[in-house]
Amino acid sequence: MLQINNLHANVGDKPILKGLTLSLNAGEIHAIMGPNGAGKSTLGYVLSGRPGYKVTEGSVTFTPPVLPGEGRGPEPQTDDSVAALDPGLRRGTQEPIDLLALEPHERAAAGLFLGFQYPVEIPGVSNVQFLREALNAQRKYRGEAPLTGGEFLKVAREQAGALGMDMEMLKRPVNVGFSGGEKKRNEMVQMGIIDPALAILDETDSGLDIDALRTVGDGINRIMRKPDKAVLLITHYQRLLDYVKPDFVHVLADGRITRTGGADLALELERDGYKELAA
Amino acid sequence: MTVALPTRGDEAWRYSDIAAVEAAWPLPAPESIIVPAGGTFARTIMQDSGTIHQLDIAIGKGATAAIHVLNTGGDYGRVELNVTLHEGADFKLGAVQIGGGTQTLEVITTVTHAEPGATSSQIVRSVLAGMATGTYLGKVAVARDAQQTDSVQSVKAMLLDRSATANAKPELEIYADDVKCAHGCAIGELDAMGLFYLQARGITPAEAKKLMLQAFVAGVFEGAADEESLTEAALSKLGDLV
Ligand SMILES: Nc1ncnc2c1ncn2[C@@H]1O[C@H](COP(=O)(O)OP(=O)(O)OP(=O)(O)O)[C@@H](O)[C@H]1O
Ligand SMILES: [Mg+2]
Repeated sequence: MLQINNLHANVGDKPILKGLTLSLNAGEIHAIMGPNGAGKSTLGYVLSGRPGYKVTEGSVTFTPPVLPGEGRGPEPQTDDSVAALDPGLRRGTQEPIDLLALEPHERAAAGLFLGFQYPVEIPGVSNVQFLREALNAQRKYRGEAPLTGGEFLKVAREQAGALGMDMEMLKRPVNVGFSGGEKKRNEMVQMGIIDPALAILDETDSGLDIDALRTVGDGINRIMRKPDKAVLLITHYQRLLDYVKPDFVHVLADGRITRTGGADLALELERDGYKELAA
Repeated sequence: MTVALPTRGDEAWRYSDIAAVEAAWPLPAPESIIVPAGGTFARTIMQDSGTIHQLDIAIGKGATAAIHVLNTGGDYGRVELNVTLHEGADFKLGAVQIGGGTQTLEVITTVTHAEPGATSSQIVRSVLAGMATGTYLGKVAVARDAQQTDSVQSVKAMLLDRSATANAKPELEIYADDVKCAHGCAIGELDAMGLFYLQARGITPAEAKKLMLQAFVAGVFEGAADEESLTEAALSKLGDLV
């Protein structure tokens, strides 16, 4: 589903990613661990197209693997504006997409979701309005009919409920005044509503209390553990991986994947640390 | 009141489009509004054709006046208010200016608290793109015996391009000692991380800007009889800019 090949990227003028190669298949959950400053968040930003993060070498192809006719939304519209879209950008095809050629909003519409390490506060814009606009913008891009206010609220209520978030919070401005844990929970509610094909979750577990960690872990499994989806889980702690069992664990150090293993690797890292590994 | 054609040397015309002023000169006498004691007055000014509005407003004892302004159109649009508050009177201004291209838009106010216990509140939001210039000059004068004056000025401008200009000058002239005068003034750009967050969820760059600008001007028209149409007109103008 995602093929990252020899990726080099600069933040400003500073090289951060230095030849990162990684490949995710549909149905897989990959964890990335690694020391502070290694480039984990940078990877997430580069993949989602944050301005100022420049790719200097390498490639990324994304193949959202929804079979034709099995899209998660209503049937695509067939008017001219939709027919005019690049078929590779519509969900329901298996054409590989050159991810780096797309704008951030196009990557989202293609099925990519970034759960932010530091979710952003947007004063004056309510969660509900934001998410409805986001979902409908994606649907429009993919040639799907927009959800009505009622349809959207039903989905939002379901997802908020499943993640134990009060509907009142959904009416508040995006992340404004949310506690650290509430922001992370809100990211998961957003993921549930948007229902992406590929989620990159950057330290979604950081700042969660013990019960919230379980709720979020359950949420990730419920929303993303499906044969046609994949997850890249960036974390510092083995604990989340008790709930969301990874198929692969990678170590990202100094801008590269330096080691790959199974779920056991996380336990080993927790015990020995990264220094031991490098030695 | 200015009788001779103003120049840039005149503080109240410092950032104006003098050529446009000259073309409109001589201006008719300002509209004079007298709100009688205990009365209420409300006016909406939609400046969308490049005109100069001048109002003199005297607000009588215990009376209220509320002015809402949407300053958007023409090469040069100016709304100038000269307000005098008598005992216990209340004045509210909610103004939005939205300009692009080479537009010059301005809101100029002089609010005089002539007697005790009056309140005034001015909220001004400017959104400026291209080479547009948006100006707010607001003087609040508090007379010697105008104790218990309560006055607020909240002035913010958002620049969508580095080539746009915002001038903001809230000014206080206080001769009483028991007064509360607050003013806040900020000129900024849209938060880049906020824009990226919205786009990372699938919202187009133009819609993302529009959402954030909508939040920026939200609330200014609160209380206006035609709040909805004002908001709609502002949004459509914002949509043209982004
Ligand atoms: N604007 C910038 N200019 C220069 N260097 C930057 C900039 N932004 C980030 N960096 C650097 O890039 C490196 C990688 O940062 P990144 O956030 O990707 O690390 P990380 O692996 O996510 O770390 P953590 O585990 O602490 O979240 C860091 O050394 C950081 O200081
Ligand atoms: Mg990080």
